[in-house]
Amino acid sequence: MKDLKQTPLYPLYQKYQAKVIDFGGWALPVQFDGIKKEHSITRNAVGLFDVSHMGEIVVSGKGSLSFLQQMCTNDLSLIKPNKAQYTFMCYPNGGTIDDLIIYQLEEQKYLLVVNAANHEKDLNWLLEHKQEDVEITDMSKHYVQLAIQGPKAQQVLQKITEEDLSEIGFFSFKQDVVFEGVKDQALVARTGYTGEDGFEIYIQSTSGTVLWEKLLESGEPDGISPIGLGARDTLRFEACLPLYGNELSEAITPIEAGLGFAVKTNKPNDFIGKDVLHKQKEQGVTRTLVGIEMIDRGIPRHEYPVYDGDTCIGFVTSGTSAPTLDKNLGLALLDKDFSEEGTIVTVKIRNKYLQAKVIKTPFYKKG
Amino acid sequence: MSIPKELHYSKEHEWVKVEGETFRIGITAHAQDELGDIVFVELPEAGDTIQENEPFGSVESVKTVSELYAPLSGEVIEVNEELDDSPEFVNESPYEKAWMIVVKPNDASDIEKLMTADQYQAMIEEDE
Repeated sequence: MKDLKQTPLYPLYQKYQAKVIDFGGWALPVQFDGIKKEHSITRNAVGLFDVSHMGEIVVSGKGSLSFLQQMCTNDLSLIKPNKAQYTFMCYPNGGTIDDLIIYQLEEQKYLLVVNAANHEKDLNWLLEHKQEDVEITDMSKHYVQLAIQGPKAQQVLQKITEEDLSEIGFFSFKQDVVFEGVKDQALVARTGYTGEDGFEIYIQSTSGTVLWEKLLESGEPDGISPIGLGARDTLRFEACLPLYGNELSEAITPIEAGLGFAVKTNKPNDFIGKDVLHKQKEQGVTRTLVGIEMIDRGIPRHEYPVYDGDTCIGFVTSGTSAPTLDKNLGLALLDKDFSEEGTIVTVKIRNKYLQAKVIKTPFYKKG
Repeated sequence: MSIPKELHYSKEHEWVKVEGETFRIGITAHAQDELGDIVFVELPEAGDTIQENEPFGSVESVKTVSELYAPLSGEVIEVNEELDDSPEFVNESPYEKAWMIVVKPNDASDIEKLMTADQYQAMIEEDE
């Protein structure tokens, strides 16, 4: 694990019995107390995640809005300071470079939060297209990102701040939030990747460990627990939130992944990938992302092929035994003729051909 | 992690228990701990044959799939069907409730090729 990148929280992992793995070049906790248990704690109480490996890029300057409108698929003119937006960067052929959240910090200043694995690629792509009236600053090393997620997230976080968190709506945030006993101020956003209510907190690296310990301490009566990337994946999977590299990739467009809501082909500005994405929206796609539930005994996994008789009709993008639902479920990119609910398909699991049926997504919605 | 003295062990983290003419096989406490929450166990059927060092089934955790490698060759005479509905036994009771198959070995002396508990313990420690 020596050559791996570490987040500022790394020194605390051992204290909480983390099982640390190599996650795309980062030493990160896959689990603390067991994936199923951590999954259930987040669904029913509250979990704390270190997601500091995510990249943070600040784009500012007079041209920042028009620049980002050209680079991204969603319509950034629809938000204002202290609001966030989910969006994509795409290649001219519509393939996805990354999915990201843009937080508008002020007029002409935006924080882009990108996937760790795509961080370098995204930064280079932005720099290649940079205009003169735009500044691009990589802030990743300076920030810790913690996610506090679950039905009790707000009540726990509220214990350590005077700021009224109930005022923060979904995909909104507050800046300069003060936490008791924590030196630096934080950006607190009601966003997440679990399908539960909760917050993502961005704070200076130097305050990361203090805030982490503070949250675990104040959340103890509410059953808070540190949560690893294993449960983060099963939580996002049940909520059908896409994972780059699985549901989205350079070979999969956001329209194929069923995420057209964040592709605004009618916005006034041109953007990279618009022609292809517009056509896919207007004329439809030949393949589309669907949910499947196994009928036969077996677990669908990433890249398992899916058949109709002898014909391969697509592949599984993500799949597991879903902990909350106790079913073997998958997301699969299938020929659109097989996307209707109730359609029976066959998943090749090792040497066996096992039956599954197409079901409605998301698999899980918070109550 | 517990490593019962009376069992024999393979490099692939299976244990073998000698019961007269037959061998009972499962995976070790160390193996289940490395895998995490087991959610699925796929085993051969009674009457199937298994080949030394070849996969005879698989265990799946929430995150990954791992093959089970046969510690020796023989005929499967009994399968633990309870693991179909209760794969969590592999985590809870790897040496008792989560035995996987009972095999009639082609050559009972194959047991000599396996490790003792002490040797297995040493192998795990070396890996870490």
